[in-house]
Amino acid sequence: MLRLEDIRKSYNVGLPSQTEVLHGIDVTLQRGEFVALIGPSGSGKSTLLNIIGLLDRATSGRLFINGKETSSLPEHEITRLRGHSIGFVFQYHLLISAFTALENVMMPMWSDRRFASADMETRARELLGEVGLAAVAGNKANNMSGGQQQRVAVARALAMKPDLVLADEPTGNLDTASADDVFALLRRENTRHGTTFLLVTHNLDLARRCDRIIKVVDGRISP
Amino acid sequence: MNPLLPFEWVVAIRFLREGRMQTLFILVGIAIGVGVIVFMTAMLAGLEQNFLKRVLTSQPHVQLLPPDQIARPLRDIPGVIEDPVVQRPSQRIISIDQWRKIVAAARAMPDVAEVSPTTAGSVLASRGDASRSVTMSGVEPETYFNIVRVPDYIVAGQPRLTSEDVIIGTELAKDLGASVGDKLNLRAASGATRVLTISGLVDLGNKSANQRTTFVALRTAQSLLGIIGGATTIDITVRDIYAAETVAQEIEAAQRVEADSWIKTNAQFFTAVQAQKNTNLLIRVFVALSVAFGIAAVLVVSVIQRSKDIGILRAMGTRRGQVLAIFLVQGGVLGFLGSLAGSGLGAAALVYWHAMARQADGSELFPLILEQSLFIETALLATLTGLVAATIPAVRAADLDPVVAIRG
Repeated sequence: MLRLEDIRKSYNVGLPSQTEVLHGIDVTLQRGEFVALIGPSGSGKSTLLNIIGLLDRATSGRLFINGKETSSLPEHEITRLRGHSIGFVFQYHLLISAFTALENVMMPMWSDRRFASADMETRARELLGEVGLAAVAGNKANNMSGGQQQRVAVARALAMKPDLVLADEPTGNLDTASADDVFALLRRENTRHGTTFLLVTHNLDLARRCDRIIKVVDGRISP
Repeated sequence: MNPLLPFEWVVAIRFLREGRMQTLFILVGIAIGVGVIVFMTAMLAGLEQNFLKRVLTSQPHVQLLPPDQIARPLRDIPGVIEDPVVQRPSQRIISIDQWRKIVAAARAMPDVAEVSPTTAGSVLASRGDASRSVTMSGVEPETYFNIVRVPDYIVAGQPRLTSEDVIIGTELAKDLGASVGDKLNLRAASGATRVLTISGLVDLGNKSANQRTTFVALRTAQSLLGIIGGATTIDITVRDIYAAETVAQEIEAAQRVEADSWIKTNAQFFTAVQAQKNTNLLIRVFVALSVAFGIAAVLVVSVIQRSKDIGILRAMGTRRGQVLAIFLVQGGVLGFLGSLAGSGLGAAALVYWHAMARQADGSELFPLILEQSLFIETALLATLTGLVAATIPAVRAADLDPVVAIRG
C-alpha cells in the first residue's frame, strides 16, 4: 500500500547550514496494517510522517502510494491524492472551531465537492455514530472534551474512506482513559474497514498493541 | 449549512462570524468610510446642481452676438499714408445679420434644446421724478422663458409679456416706487419712448441684477431701440451643459457670429465646480485607501490567527486556490456589508444635514439627491476595494506551508 525507497530529507539545501534529518529511509506498509512509529524527540518521526502524508516533499528518494510514484507529481495532484487517500489525526488543534462536530466531519467531502449535500451529512452522522458521538453532532469544538474532539478528528480522518490514516500522537494530549478509548476506536476502524494506520507515539504501551513497530533513531530506521 | 453556498463562502463567513469583535470593528470602520463617501458625494452633487441651476436658469448656455465691428483702413492707395494706430470703432447696437436663418440652423443642431432671439439695449426707466438706467431685454416669452426661467423668479404679478407689458426687477420697482399694474416710461437714447404696464416683478437672486433688469416683448424692444425686425443676440440652451463650449465653437465656425458659452463667461464659476469635483474625487480615493488598509490589516491578522485551521484544511485536501478564495471572499463580504451600513449612515447624515442646513432666507441649501446609482457604485467600489485589499493576505494564506501552519 505504501512504499518508501531511500527517502532523504535535508533542510537549508545548498546553504552552508544544510542539514540532513532523514538518511535513506526504506519502509513498506501493507494494506490493513496497524503500525506504530516510535523514536526519541528530534529523531525525524514527524518529518517522515509529513513526507508520507504528502504535506512535505523528500529531498531525494521515492514514495509510492497504492503503487503510484508521488515525488514527481504536480502540486494539485498531490493535494488531490492527499485529500482522497490519506486521513490525518493531529495531536493538537484537532477541529476547526468555527464549525460543529458534524460539519468538521463533513469538511473533507465538502472541500472536495464544494457544495454540501444530504449524503455527505448522512455519511458524517454515520461516522459520528461509529465513534459514539452522535449526540454531540451539533456541538462546536469548544463545547467538547479533548477526548470527544479527538474522536471527531478520527471520524473526519475516515470521511473520505482513505487507504491510509496518519496519526501524530493522537493520544498524547489525553488522559489515560480517553487515550485508551481513542486507541480502541482506531483499532476498531482498522479492523472494520481494513484501513492502514500509521501512528506516531511516545507511548510504548500503545506501540506494543500495534501490529508492528517501526523505530526511527537519528533519521534512520533502527532494527 | 447552506447547500447553495460553495465551501469557500461558508468557511469565509464562518471565520468572519467567529471573529465577531474584529469583524464588527472593521465593519464600523468601513461603514464610516463609505458613509463619508456617500455623504460627500451626494451633498456636493446637490450643491453643484443647485449652483448650476441658479446660474444656468438665469442666463443662456450659449449667447450669439454680432461680430465685433472693426475699422478697415484703406490700404495701398498711392499717396495715402497709413496711420500706424487704427482706432477701434465704437460698437453700435446692431442686429445679427440673417438672424432668422441662424436661429433655424441652431434649432436643427441635436445638442441644442432651445433657441430664442433677443433685442437688448440700455434705456432710461422713469416714473414720476424717479428714473434709472436699465437694461431692457426684448424677448419672445414662449421660447425665452425656456432659457431663462423668468416665471420661476416672479414674486408678484404675472410672467406676461404682451407689447404693452414690462417685467422689472424687484429692486428697480423699489427704487421707482412702482408695483404691479403701474405704468412705466421707457426712453431709449434715440429719444423714442414707450409707456408700458408693469405686469410682474422678478427676483433673480442678485441685487444689482434686480436693479437693472427689465423684460419687454421683442417687438417693443425692436421699436424702442430702432432695430426693426432685428435681434441683437440669440440665446441658446443646450442639452448637456458641459457641451456648451463645443456647441458655441461649432456655431461660430459655421455662422458669422460670435458665440460665448456659459463656460467661457463664467470661467471662475466653472473652475470652482471642477475644483469641487476634484476635491471630492481625492477624498473618495483617500477614504477608499484607508478602508482598504483597514481590511488588509484585519485579514493579515486573521491569516496568522487561522494558520492552524488553514493547515488542517490543506492537510484534508483543500486546494491552494480554495484557501485563496476563502480570504478573498472575506475581503469582499466585509467591503459589501460595510458599504450597506455606510450607505445607510451616509443617507441618514445627508437627510439630517439637509433638514438642518438652511440658507439665510430659510430655503434649502442644496436639493437632496439620493440616486440609486450612487449606492450601487459605492457598494461595487467597496466590494472591489475589499477584494483588492484581501489579495495580499489571501496569497499569504494560500502559500502557507501546511507543515508549518499545523505546527503553528
